[in-house]
Amino acid sequence: MSKRVGLEASHAAAEAARMADVDFIAAYPITPQTHIPERLAEMVADGELDAAYVPVESEHSALSACLGAAAVGARTFTATAGPGLEYMHNVVYVASAMRLPVVMTIANRALSAPLSIWGDHSDAMSVRDTGWIQVFCQNSQEAFDMTLWAFRVGEDSKILLPVMVHFDGFHLTHVTEPVILPEQEEVDRFLPPFHYPFALDPDKPMTLGAFAPPDIYSEAKMAQEVATRKSRAVVLQGFQEFGDIFGRYYHPVEPYKTEGASTLLLTMGSFGETAKTVIDTKKDKGESVGLINLRLWRPFPFQELRQAVKGAKTLVVFDRCISFGGPGGPVASEIKSALYDEKERPRAVSFIGGLGGRDMSAEDFEYVIDRGQEIAEKGSEELFETVGIRGEVTGIRG
Amino acid sequence: MAAKRLKTGSDFTWQDMEVGNVVTEPGSGALRRTGDWRSQRPILDKEKCNKCGLCWLYCPDAAIKPLEDGYYEIDLFHCKGCGICAKSCPKDAITMIEEEEK
Repeated sequence: MSKRVGLEASHAAAEAARMADVDFIAAYPITPQTHIPERLAEMVADGELDAAYVPVESEHSALSACLGAAAVGARTFTATAGPGLEYMHNVVYVASAMRLPVVMTIANRALSAPLSIWGDHSDAMSVRDTGWIQVFCQNSQEAFDMTLWAFRVGEDSKILLPVMVHFDGFHLTHVTEPVILPEQEEVDRFLPPFHYPFALDPDKPMTLGAFAPPDIYSEAKMAQEVATRKSRAVVLQGFQEFGDIFGRYYHPVEPYKTEGASTLLLTMGSFGETAKTVIDTKKDKGESVGLINLRLWRPFPFQELRQAVKGAKTLVVFDRCISFGGPGGPVASEIKSALYDEKERPRAVSFIGGLGGRDMSAEDFEYVIDRGQEIAEKGSEELFETVGIRGEVTGIRG
Repeated sequence: MAAKRLKTGSDFTWQDMEVGNVVTEPGSGALRRTGDWRSQRPILDKEKCNKCGLCWLYCPDAAIKPLEDGYYEIDLFHCKGCGICAKSCPKDAITMIEEEEK
């Protein structure tokens, strides 16, 4: 029997790593990720988890150590946040290019300066192009589920790619919610043992991480790009298998009451749950609105997104990150790019808010939807608009 | 050396790339001519050499080979011309000359 317990997302992710029976953990504590390695260290010390726990001296070392462990075929887990992710940045690229399937939680945090320990998606956007499979969570249950799913997908012999599981710093990492924990037997059925085909072995020597001169680097990158796109099939298969065993079905793009809606709001991460309540209220008032949760960030779910917005007139995209001097919110610009070649597409409107831990209330989302509709009808010269930022913001133009 | 023709980067399409660019044939680097971009070449004067072996010890590319008679020879197939052997030689038996000089 599965059991229902109260867990913050941090402990839910640690619990998932324990039930996945990870072999190796290397992590450096950083707010708001701290509770994850803290809990795992406790599990290892108490004998609840038979794994090597390496308390490294930095995030750069944390991921480097994880790559070494993955290269001998160990099931490997780490977690970081904001500046910690930046500090390991160059190793983040190495993991995917060497096809080492580490699973890493990102407790999404804003980037300095000014120093902020609170949540937004700036850290996630800085690793957008690193070649990791990336998903976002809305609550603690999803933090557990996606962590388990990440091992299943990343370690699949057809994929062999690292996976990032994003969930919002503080809004999820430090909030206790009900979580359904499965039986170990169910987890074992979902997650086969990890077998790395190129595991380091003194009896079968080979070279991992060789350099590449200009006459072969492009081919190496093309092979990586094709592998990343091909991972889509196993990503979907993983969602399906997860649902079949645990009863919770996830999708790359998750529509909520979108049928026939002329205005859609798209969010990524925990704020989608607040937005849901706004959609419910507006629906009750007879407004033609719906919500889209973008779960899978990489590989980007082009087909599912196009399908989900079909027939809508307005698509309001909410970002928790600024692309300085760029085209608007990073998610919005991806969405616009994904829809640009469509003959019929909704007018996409970019909103930015919720930076550095600033809360987004139901009223804020109401404003975003209403103002988004107004912009779609009357037009606007601004590349994006903001919500909850004091002082009039104008002149955001190309 | 390198009797068989080695594959070079341009022999590979992206489909030929091993997962993670793993090189499954270990030690294949020794078959590569790494000495072709050398700008200076070490010349060893056997008359001055006292067989101390410091050049062999310090060479960062294992391009100095010990011979059966206790002397050393320089492997120009791999030598990149860094000059460390010349600096390390206590007898000044190794001198660096420009590659274009004969």
